[in-house]
Amino acid sequence: MPADATQSGAEVLLRALKDQGVEVIFGYPGGAVLPIYDALFQQNAIRHILVRHEQGAVHAAEGYARSTGKVGVVLVTSGPGATNAVTGLTDALMDSIPVVCLTGQVPTHLIGNDAFQEADTTGITRPATKHNYLVKRPEDLARSVHEAFYVARSGRPGPVVIDLPKDIVIGKAPYVPPASGHPSYRPQTEPDHGQIAKAVALLKQAKRPMVYTGGGVINAGPAASAALTEFVRMTGFPVTNTLMGLGAYPASDPQFLGMLGMHGTYEANLAMHGCDVLLNIGARFDDRVTGRLNAFSQGSHKIHVDIDPSSINKNVPVDVAIVGDAGRTLAALVSAWKADANTPDTQALTAWWRQIDAWRERDSLKFVQDMTPGAIIKPQYAIQRLYELTRSVSQEIFITTEVGQHQMWAAQHFRFEQPNRWMTSGGLGTMGYGLPAAMGVQIAHPEALVIDIAGEASVLMNIQEMGTLAQYRLPVKVFILNNQYMGMVRQWQELLHGGRYSESYSAALPDFVKLAESFHAVGLRAEKVEQVDDVIREMLACDRAVIADIAVDPKENCFPMIPSGAAHNEMILGEDHGESAAGITDEGLVLV
Amino acid sequence: MPDTTLRSATISVLVENEPGILARVVGLFSGRGYNIDSLTVAPVESQGSRSRINIVTSGTEMVIEQIKAQLDRLVPVHRVADLSREGPHIAREMALIKVVGIGEKRVEALRIADAFRARVMDATQESFVFELTGATEKLDAFLELMRHLGMAEVSRTGVVAIARGTRTI
Repeated sequence: MPADATQSGAEVLLRALKDQGVEVIFGYPGGAVLPIYDALFQQNAIRHILVRHEQGAVHAAEGYARSTGKVGVVLVTSGPGATNAVTGLTDALMDSIPVVCLTGQVPTHLIGNDAFQEADTTGITRPATKHNYLVKRPEDLARSVHEAFYVARSGRPGPVVIDLPKDIVIGKAPYVPPASGHPSYRPQTEPDHGQIAKAVALLKQAKRPMVYTGGGVINAGPAASAALTEFVRMTGFPVTNTLMGLGAYPASDPQFLGMLGMHGTYEANLAMHGCDVLLNIGARFDDRVTGRLNAFSQGSHKIHVDIDPSSINKNVPVDVAIVGDAGRTLAALVSAWKADANTPDTQALTAWWRQIDAWRERDSLKFVQDMTPGAIIKPQYAIQRLYELTRSVSQEIFITTEVGQHQMWAAQHFRFEQPNRWMTSGGLGTMGYGLPAAMGVQIAHPEALVIDIAGEASVLMNIQEMGTLAQYRLPVKVFILNNQYMGMVRQWQELLHGGRYSESYSAALPDFVKLAESFHAVGLRAEKVEQVDDVIREMLACDRAVIADIAVDPKENCFPMIPSGAAHNEMILGEDHGESAAGITDEGLVLV
Repeated sequence: MPDTTLRSATISVLVENEPGILARVVGLFSGRGYNIDSLTVAPVESQGSRSRINIVTSGTEMVIEQIKAQLDRLVPVHRVADLSREGPHIAREMALIKVVGIGEKRVEALRIADAFRARVMDATQESFVFELTGATEKLDAFLELMRHLGMAEVSRTGVVAIARGTRTI
């Protein structure tokens, strides 16, 4: 034991967390972390939120992180505590969310003995994290915590696990304050100015430019979104956001073409397909975005800005690669654009906008809602009304979602003017994300209006977190689009598997009103079109947690849609545009 | 059209010598579906704080660039060098080869071993253990000949590599 150690490992851990600015931990106790919980009990600087399942703890930390820009912190016990957290960690890895997850571990002398509640946590979480640590010596404890926070929040953010054997947190350990930098991990944040010049040269010559931005702009902080807005307005270029990037550019702005990708707008996808210079900032040419790779934006010169060099040239070869922070790169692009003497081809740009406007006129997000009293509710209509009725709310509004059709409809019909207001599971597509994420957002923003736009199947995956809402009086609103199906599965079965709805029907659903009430929340239900506004108003007026169960058309499909294996210009607009979804190839069938 | 030509790459990775680093590197290759043709690892600093991993892999140019970027992304990785692209380099491995036999085949095995400058490390009346060091191709050629002369067992180190001249990793 080091001579200068006077505090226990648990106390050193909490001191390190405090020095890292941690205010809240989402966690669940257990045998291996009892000494840490004991230390938590004896202090007031850090607040602990008791979740009902460890997966919920990680999603809550993600919601907290994404709505604040801070690192979310999780504390779980060894064995099942750690394995339950793995889905959340993988979710955070895929969506580049900074999370530090502290896991308990059996004492060092028992590691490898198949002790009670032992799991090889560092082994299991290695591919589910950006990095992980097993602290085997007291003198490594404080340093590992500081390093973990640095790794989690810098470069491309991500989850980091620190595995803490029980003897390490019980025994004495020395404290060291945070140090700057890292011996081997040094992400490049400043863009190369030669590459910036090349990018500006290409952009100035563009006849049909397109700006495509992703979660990297959100992760780079609000200043990056402001720089993006400045750049786009200055150039007059059209801009689209990925699912993860919504809010980086104000949705109400006429230069915004909506989301792109599998369920993106007609104009965004066709502009991607037809552009001659494509500027990608902080997005990763994901398969949901590109459609069939060999048909993706074939005629364009591509510029890719990413803080992670491994994202560049991974799926799509690009002409100009810029490694750097999205905000700093955008600032550099703005000044380089201004300094460059060449004038852009405004005539070509005007023609390009004429073309885009023609695509826009197809109104690809159109849906038909029968307003006859008693008519069935269209899910899009419910979201549209939710959006419209929240316009008069004075609070800040944050939206989370689960995964599936409702998620895509929310992305299409709820419009975001600012970054960090929209939290959804993009990369991993984790059903059960939205409710715990909303909980984390509400903890970070107690006065805000936080709504989980949910599906009835997804929300049941982490419904136990209603208990957490009750305990901490978190007034989260759960807005369920209840179509009695795993809707996206049902849609694919209709379009690709001959309408054989294998196991996608949500049989034996709970009564969500009674379920809400049993968790000390308010339950509301709408079944007819004329009830939608009343239910939303009642939900918004309520200062407690609410489940609003909206019975929607079970047969509604989410359009537009680029079927798997199809190109951007092969998108289906759907029945409301008089189209069917025939013609999906066998090659497309193997894709997810 | 993306380039589909496969090439072999010898990649050296200088890493912080911490627990699990090899699992991280190997897991990256299996998790992302890359090939490992050979892999060597050992500490290369006197205090043992850094290790060098040499990996021979193959793939299209785009895949090899991905492999390098993915390796470089690992937190304990100090430096990734693609020796097969960054100028001339030396790549060598060692093999211990056990050949069992008597009579004419045994004499022939010894004669070929001599031609390849392999060393006899162990000998009995019915066996030899040869040690051979050199490029992978040389080892392969030797093993091919020994296969017909009673080769019973082989132990190979995998490739270690270093750049020629003054250049360092």
